[in-house]
Order: sequence, then C-alpha cells, then structure tokens
Amino acid sequence: MDESAYEYRIVRGFAYSALIWLIIGLTAGLWISFELFDPALNLTPWLAFGRLRVVHTNVLTFGFALSAIFATAYYMLQRLTRATLPFPRLARGHLYLFNATIGLGAASLMAGMNSSKEYAELEWPLDILVLIFWAMFAVNIFAILVRRREKQMYISLWYLIATTVTISVLYIVNNIEIPVTLFKSYSVFAGTVDANVQWWYGHNLIGFIFTMPILAMLYYFLPKSTGLPIFSHRLSIVSFWSLIFAYLWTGAHHLILTPLPEWIQTVAIAFSIFLIAPSWGVVINSYYTLKGNGEQIQSNYLAKFFIFGVTFYALQTLQGPLQGVRTVNAFFHYSDWVIGHVHMGTMGWVTMIISGSFYYMIPKITDKEIYSIRLADIHFWLILAGQLALIIVMWAGGIRQGAMMKATNPDGSLAYSFLDTLTTLYPYYRLRFAAGAIYFTGILLFVWNIIRTVSRKAAATGT
Amino acid sequence: MDIYSKPAVFAILSALVILIGTVVTMFVPLFIRSTQPVSRYVKPYTAIELEGRDIYIREGCNNCHTQTVRPLMTEVLRYGQYSKSEEFAYDRPFLWGSRRIGPDLNRVGGKYPDAWHYRHLLNPQSVSRLSIMPPFGWLAANRLDTTNTFRKTVIQGFGYSRQEVIKQIAGDRARITDPGYDSKIMRDLVTPPERLTSLTEMDALVAYLQKLGRDVRSMEAMQ
Repeated sequence: MDESAYEYRIVRGFAYSALIWLIIGLTAGLWISFELFDPALNLTPWLAFGRLRVVHTNVLTFGFALSAIFATAYYMLQRLTRATLPFPRLARGHLYLFNATIGLGAASLMAGMNSSKEYAELEWPLDILVLIFWAMFAVNIFAILVRRREKQMYISLWYLIATTVTISVLYIVNNIEIPVTLFKSYSVFAGTVDANVQWWYGHNLIGFIFTMPILAMLYYFLPKSTGLPIFSHRLSIVSFWSLIFAYLWTGAHHLILTPLPEWIQTVAIAFSIFLIAPSWGVVINSYYTLKGNGEQIQSNYLAKFFIFGVTFYALQTLQGPLQGVRTVNAFFHYSDWVIGHVHMGTMGWVTMIISGSFYYMIPKITDKEIYSIRLADIHFWLILAGQLALIIVMWAGGIRQGAMMKATNPDGSLAYSFLDTLTTLYPYYRLRFAAGAIYFTGILLFVWNIIRTVSRKAAATGT
Repeated sequence: MDIYSKPAVFAILSALVILIGTVVTMFVPLFIRSTQPVSRYVKPYTAIELEGRDIYIREGCNNCHTQTVRPLMTEVLRYGQYSKSEEFAYDRPFLWGSRRIGPDLNRVGGKYPDAWHYRHLLNPQSVSRLSIMPPFGWLAANRLDTTNTFRKTVIQGFGYSRQEVIKQIAGDRARITDPGYDSKIMRDLVTPPERLTSLTEMDALVAYLQKLGRDVRSMEAMQ
C-alpha cells in the first residue's frame, strides 16, 4: 500500500506523549526515592511521599506505557492489516482525551483524590474518561480488523485483541465505586473481598499492560528490525493461549499469608508457577529467532534492546512465580525485594522493548534517519547499568530486611526493632537514588536522540 | 476453523478464555462465606473514625504502612495477633497495603496514647529520630469538614441515623476539647489557637488510628 495513505500523525502524537510522560514519571520517581532517605523533600502535602508515589506509578503505567502501547498499536494495526486507520478523527480525539485524563489524573492524585486501590487510584470521574478513551481505541481496532486486507492476523494482533478485551473487564470491575462527591467515592467491595478483587485486577494489569501489548511489540519489532522471522509460529500460538488463560488465576499471589481463604492463594501460586512455561515459550522463540545471526547483537544497534529486554522478561517471569511460594513469600513480602522485582520488569523489560520499538518506528513514521546510533548505544548502556544497579541494590536491601525482621535472640525475643530494619537500608536507598539518576540520564539521551531525529531536515527516503 | 482470520470469533474466544480464571478466582469468591465472615465483636467505624480513615487514604498512608499481620511467629511477636478476615468487614476500600516502609498498623489501636500520635504526626523525627515519614502537622490546621459525614456512613452501610452521627461528632468534639482530656497538652501544642475548639483533620486521623485492631482484642477476650 502507498506509504502516504497510512495515518501516522496519531502514532507520532502518542509516541511523543509517551516520552513526555516518561520524563515526568521518572522525575517523580527520583523525587520519592530521595524522600526515602531524607524527608526534606516532603515540602508540601502535594509532594509528600504518600501522594507522589501514586503519581509515579500512575504516570508511568498509564501515561508512559499506555501511550507507547497506543502508538505502537496504531502503527502495527495499520501495517499488519495493510489498511488505513478507519476513524482518524476518533483517534485524534483519543489522543487528546488520553493526555487530558493523564494530566488531570496526576494533578488529582497530588491533590489527594485517591481511591487507594493500587493502579486504580484515579477517582470515578476520571475512570469514566479512561473507559471513554478505551472505547474510542477499541472502535478503531475492530474497525481496522474488519477492513483488513491481510486475511490472517499476525501474532501481535492477537495480543492487542486480548489486551483490549481484558483491560475493559479489569478496569470496569475494580473501579466500581459509589460516589460521595465529585472527587471522592468508596469501593463497592469491602474487606477481604475487596482485596481479592483488587489483586485480581492489579496482577492482570501487569499482565495486560506490561506484558501482552509489550509482547505484541516484541513479536513485530524484533523481526522487523533484524530482518529475521520469528522462530516458531506454533510456539507463539501455544504461548499466547496459555498465557492469557493462566494469568487471570494468579492475582492472589499478592495476598499470600493474608486473611484471604487459603485455596484462592494456593490456586494463584500453582498457576503462577505454571506461567513460567508460556512466558519462557516467548523467550525461547525470541532467542531462537536470532539463531545463526548472533552477530546482529553487535552490528545492529536495535537487536540488543530486544534481546536484553526479553532476557529481563525471562528473569522476571522466573523470579515472580518463585516469590509466590509461601516460604519465599514469608521472607520477602512487603520488603524492597519486591521493589527490585517491579523495577526489573518495568525498567528492564518494558522500557527496553519500547526503546527498541521507538527507535525502529519513529524514523519510519517521520521519514527521517535516526540522528545518532552512538547515542542510542550510550542510552542502552546507561539504562542497563542504572537498572541493574537499582534492582540489585533493592534485592540486597530486601534480603537484609527480611532477615532482620525474622531474627530472634536466644530467648525468643525479636532481635531488631522495626526502625532498625528501616535505618539499615538508608545506604541502599542512596544507591538506589544514584542508580535512578543514571537511568534517567540514559532516558534523557533517548529523548534527545528522538528529538534530533524528528527535527532533521533531510528525509530518509530522499523524496 | 481458522480463528486467526476471524477477528470477532477470536475476540470472543479470548474473552471467554480470560473469564475462566476470572470467574473462579474473582467472581465466585464474591459470594462465598469464607471471604466475608462476620463477627459480632467487630463494630463499624464511628463517624469521626471514618473521616480519619478517609484522611489516611487521601494522604496515601497505605503506600508505606500495611494493615495485615501475617500468621508468622516473628510477625505476631512484633505486632500482635495476626489479622482475621472478620475484622475487615467494614473496610471499604480495604487498606491491607503492599509495602512496609513504616510498621504495620493493624494493631496500633490503643498501643500509644493520643498524645503520642499528635506528637508523631506533627514531627515524626521528634519521636523516631531517623524516621523518614513526612510531617503531617498541617492536618491540625485544617478544620474537619463534616458536610458529607452522614452520607458517607450511609454509603458504607453502617446503619447510623443522622441523629446518631451528629451525636457521635459532638461527643468526639466534647471529649477532645474537654479540659480533662488526657492528651490536652500535646493537642494544644500541635493545634493552632483558632482550631482548638473544633475538630481538626488530625483529631479524626488519631481517632481512626486508635480504632485499629481494637475489635480483635474484644473478640479474643470473649472466646
């Protein structure tokens, strides 16, 4: 199909929005990580840790990751169906409403309008906006699939369909709230039931924002940027269905040893262990795609983003299930180990895949050459180093915390006070802040590289 | 049938597949008794405790503090009796938390006098020198807004009449502003002069914190 017929302005809009939210979300991250060893930065209620942490998670999950997902989705949907976007004005509305919602969301969270349910903290009027823009997105997805000119749907489209369907169910159910005022509501669920609904939602949000659509990117941009076909179609089928099936059972691994009925916990643990299989199906598929072409890791600057990204996915999907095992969980739950886990997934897997995908996609949709491959390499090494430093420090801190919390004297009394277990971590928190600063520098170079790329005069295709 | 070339069928099939785990682990538990056991020793929050809870939520306290003591020896030693499902019957939303940057609070009710809480909220570092908790002294400068309190208790299903709520609020206010209040000195220190005779947001938060875990003690004592 003629290149000029594709609707890329929306793709650009979401890609640039993603980068802006990334910078804002990471700034909040640096701020709160400083507050964790020095409370001086709790300057006003709006910047206090309790409120700002929620801004960090929401801006990065819904602002950055979701924006990147929309950008790559609108791109992949058009290219994989060889059809133009059916409703470009609806997509433009989606873009504006999305950004307005995130902006209002961040401001409202700083103002304390917060439902307390993790990753569902936005109060009910904003939840409605989220559902509206999600519906706008869904309309274009299904319309383009109906009018597609490529009969067979490629793997990435399966993941996008599953995402569209599942996020709708998750977001609606966990956000059922009874309003008190325009800015305050109560969950319709209470106590243990509420906890169960929340973590069914919370874990599957990780599944259907941080996993499935990122897998969609991996399955498209890895072959595209290396010129190598995915190793096994059959493996991708098995992985897809078992992944989306098993994920929904695992939410309660966030509730091990809580008052939730034991059978729900056990089922979650079992399915979490099972999940290693389909996750690693993806990993094997990715590594084997590069088989015989290993030199691409060096010669093709894009390859390492995907291969290292999927490596962190492999580690993440092994670490996560193991954390669900009761004895391990008893040690690590509520500690910084889990923070290490979270950041390996978000900084190692999600952001690396998005970085590689953007480096491939943005030159294509702006018809420009990448400004500097060298800068992209430095970006890669900085985010790799920053991320590894951060997670290792958090794992070490978590082990220390867990051990100190469990330590008893010979007479059976506790060896350490709670405050002891906290203050021992301050050096780790300082290191984490430094690691975050390194990571942030890498991201700034990434954004700079993209800015210089899109503002170049010469078109790549010479037209 | 090649579902990979039938997007509608594919979407429906995906939806069914994700609904299986959903139904078993999320939907069914909504209706079984073991997820919502009832104990007559567990009482709903009073009007002011509920307002305090909403302030706890507003300030994101659950981001650092958990309210779930696990059935592990060292945890019970550190915090008290492990958490029972019954005690969360009136927690809407739940506040179990997922991170302990600060200690678990499920059993903090009655552990310290009000005065300790006033001092700690004003300046955590004055109580625990190396604490990283943000300062919350400004809560005492905010008059507690009780415009929606009755409506809140209705939505929460506590079953109070409007008169009862008015009485509860007045009762708490009288107790805290009484010259014989056991934490009067600290409260007077923390509260700006123009707020001394009214209920502040800090008063509400302290009331809430003092409620946490109390019912379980009654439950255990009776059994």
